[in-house]
Amino acid sequence: MKYISLSTQDIKEMMKVIGIDHLDDLFTTIPEKIRYPGALKIPGPFSEPELVQLFQEMAEHQNSYASLTSFLGGGAYPHFIPAVVDYVSSRGEFVSPYTPYQPEVSQGTLQAIFEFQTLICQLTGLDMANASLYDGASGAAEAVLMASRITRRPKVVLAASLHPQYRQTIRTYCRNIGLILEEVAFTEEGRVDLESLDKLVDNQTAAVVVQSPNYFGVVEEWAPVFQISRQKGALGIAVIAEALSLALLQPPGEAGADIATGEGQSFGLPLAYGGPYLGFMACRQEFIRQFPGRIAGETIDVEGRRGYVLTLSTREQHIRREKATSNICTNQAWCALRATIYLELLGRRGLRELALHNFYKANYLREELSKIPGLSLKFKGPVFNEFVLQLPVAPSQLEPYFREKKIIPGVKLEEDYPQLKNCLLICATEVHSKDQLDKLVEVMAAALDHRPKKGGQS
Amino acid sequence: MIREPLIFELSDQEKSAFLWPPLDVPAPKEKLAGLPLRQEISDFPQVSEPEVVRHFHRLSRTNYSVDEGFYPLGSCTMKFNPKVNEKVAALSGFTGGHPLLPEDLVQGNLRVLKWLEELLKEITGMAAFTLQPAAGAHGELTGMMLIRSYHERQGHPRKYVLIPDSAHGTNPSSAHLCGYQVIEIKSNEQGTVDLAALREAMTEEVAALMITNPNTLGIFESNISEIADIVHQRGGFLYMDGANMNALMGRFRPGDSGVDVIHLNLHKTFSTPHGGGGPGSGPVGVSEKLEPFLPVPVVVQEGDRFRLDYNRPYSIGRVRSFYGNFLVVVKALAYILALGSQGLKEVSGIAVLNANYIRRSLEDVYYLQYTTPTLHECVFSDKFQRKYGVNNLDIAKRLIDYGLHPPTVSFPLTVHGALMIEPTETESKRDLDMFIQAMRKIAQEAAQQPELLKEAPHTTYVRRLDETRAARQPVLRWRPEGSDRE
Repeated sequence: MKYISLSTQDIKEMMKVIGIDHLDDLFTTIPEKIRYPGALKIPGPFSEPELVQLFQEMAEHQNSYASLTSFLGGGAYPHFIPAVVDYVSSRGEFVSPYTPYQPEVSQGTLQAIFEFQTLICQLTGLDMANASLYDGASGAAEAVLMASRITRRPKVVLAASLHPQYRQTIRTYCRNIGLILEEVAFTEEGRVDLESLDKLVDNQTAAVVVQSPNYFGVVEEWAPVFQISRQKGALGIAVIAEALSLALLQPPGEAGADIATGEGQSFGLPLAYGGPYLGFMACRQEFIRQFPGRIAGETIDVEGRRGYVLTLSTREQHIRREKATSNICTNQAWCALRATIYLELLGRRGLRELALHNFYKANYLREELSKIPGLSLKFKGPVFNEFVLQLPVAPSQLEPYFREKKIIPGVKLEEDYPQLKNCLLICATEVHSKDQLDKLVEVMAAALDHRPKKGGQS
Repeated sequence: MIREPLIFELSDQEKSAFLWPPLDVPAPKEKLAGLPLRQEISDFPQVSEPEVVRHFHRLSRTNYSVDEGFYPLGSCTMKFNPKVNEKVAALSGFTGGHPLLPEDLVQGNLRVLKWLEELLKEITGMAAFTLQPAAGAHGELTGMMLIRSYHERQGHPRKYVLIPDSAHGTNPSSAHLCGYQVIEIKSNEQGTVDLAALREAMTEEVAALMITNPNTLGIFESNISEIADIVHQRGGFLYMDGANMNALMGRFRPGDSGVDVIHLNLHKTFSTPHGGGGPGSGPVGVSEKLEPFLPVPVVVQEGDRFRLDYNRPYSIGRVRSFYGNFLVVVKALAYILALGSQGLKEVSGIAVLNANYIRRSLEDVYYLQYTTPTLHECVFSDKFQRKYGVNNLDIAKRLIDYGLHPPTVSFPLTVHGALMIEPTETESKRDLDMFIQAMRKIAQEAAQQPELLKEAPHTTYVRRLDETRAARQPVLRWRPEGSDRE
């Protein structure tokens, strides 16, 4: 077998050293009655050309979206990935090592993590960041658990405009440890209802969790939100599902957030049908002991040279076991490396410019769509790179027409928000040309003309 | 070797590495009014493209990796990562798909997910799988949640989870995160679960026993069937940490011996690269009883069509966004298909052969606390060397000077001064012998020149680092010189 490097002769010699006649002799500690007697029903072995052909068939033929233009966002964003990111990150020295437990032979990974942590601090305006978490949803859940450990309070208030999958994940994580979750509604602007929030948050509240831009693409005013949480002694958790927005919008740390967490997929990771992505988290210095996940820190070697190590590990499971701040061990290190390369390549100006492009493209599209009779903007609040469009009919009714025109117009919101009937979440980024945006506008108008005249509701 | 600065220290605001095309839509500045804008990000790097590439290229050269050589990190299964896996996972049809695309457009993706689930069921003998957990520990947490949900539906979630003292730290941590108190079970003299201790601890307040099999000493828990019976008799579940499944493929199926939940590590047994600490993937397999509780969504096959099922009333809910680390799943599927049934069995056979060859070749110079036969790894200790003032960490660091990656040190906790060696099946005899010779030489050096070990490594980009200083005076990010913080 091609991934095995022993010859028959090698095996013979090794068995002689061990003192056995057959490989099966090594497995005598597995009692015979439970040893698997047959051969597993697994196809193969496939040769490399066969494998490539097989996977091409699944990737390119059974997947059939390639010729369509998609305006899907909602927690995963299409962005251009510079060649340098793929090239540099695919080096075997980055792809194939383990977690850097032996720092003397892992400085590349460790320094990259240290740079990543710095970039995340700069973007979020907070003091410290970790080496990564699984994704935005589990990051939000970890932040909630962290706040509950710090405050020892039983209640958490989530914005209803927080990504539905993040809320579901938080719910799953919190159910077994008795945290009570409450939701605060959004206003007609599509922002957190501050009045209701003020009433919901009390001295039993551990944290207030607000996403910006929120699930509807609307940019929240974080400062008044975190003022409320602070007044009641709760922690303010900022969630960022579109990390690129951090290049343009007020950083959560500046607005008073205690913890910021989110999804870094936009920084050089492909859509990849949902993963692997990149959870990130940052917080104020004072919460250092309750911070989850791996952290790289600077130190010196015996000759006084600067170097990096994994540090503060007394928070972690391999030392603290059941008392650890999180059970996380393997994280998304290589995804964080890609984000680091991406951010350093784009730099301050490139990232800002990209954020502006996203902003202007989405806002152009939003304005043009809103001119079509029968369509309206669901929320008046300002948006970054996605927005909610109210249709006069259920989007599913227009779907066949859009499909015919090779367009996926957006995410249908009604399933997660029954009150947002006929609403579509539409995203535009730098990957969409003006022609594509104009085509969506044109097809949308035509779709409304073509719709079956009866049956306004689905 | 050139000492590579932090990128921030290379930064020059005049430089740039990337150019965006001109914006093709109107960009009136007043549109930005009403937005809470930030100042330009202070001190964010600004360098040229060659500088970025060289920065990371130079950094990469200070890393040791599996592509470079032998990496016997115990319990981590650092096998070679086949390159065709990377190639197929990079197909644009896999990388380009948005997770919220309509199901009819991503039938290929769904087929990949379902196919791997089916193969993992066959390999483990479990009734169903979820591929959503992002790593082993995430799988553990998911598995414990399934167990808790089941007990809750019976009216009582129960209070405790039993875990052997040799277990990986994530086990107690995951159980605790799931609301359980952990009771540690002492191992017996053979290094395996003590049945008497288990019987005593296994009450109707115990939700589950979490065991690792083969355990962290590399020993197969031969009493697995009895263990399952004891746990089941009290209505508990048997959770198996499948981190060491590389030892068992084609030879033992946990699902056939009473295991109710198992998590696998695709980034260990199924060859997907570790990436310096992830992304991994920690699929969870369950018995029929627990299948209704799996996280949503579940991939369902109907004829030759696939869809995502969210209508699962007993489900624990979501454990993350979307459907798992999909590209990792693609790689693991390619690996299994490249090997086939016979190949997988060969993997476990050779992995165990290599580990036993090392064990046999070193047991006269390093202390073996447990003499029970082992499978895919062996755990020595520094007991023979301690009299020279040399410990396991010194031995590990000295190995680096020989161009090899050290084994896992100081784990499992049941062996004082542990050196945990897992060679995996992909290594050549030449590499194994190189490691054996280096370890024997180091044993000699320990007696004759202990300072050589204590000061090791001598040959690396940085030498031994002051970890105490890192923890006591934490510097966790770069700040510009003269900044007032830290």
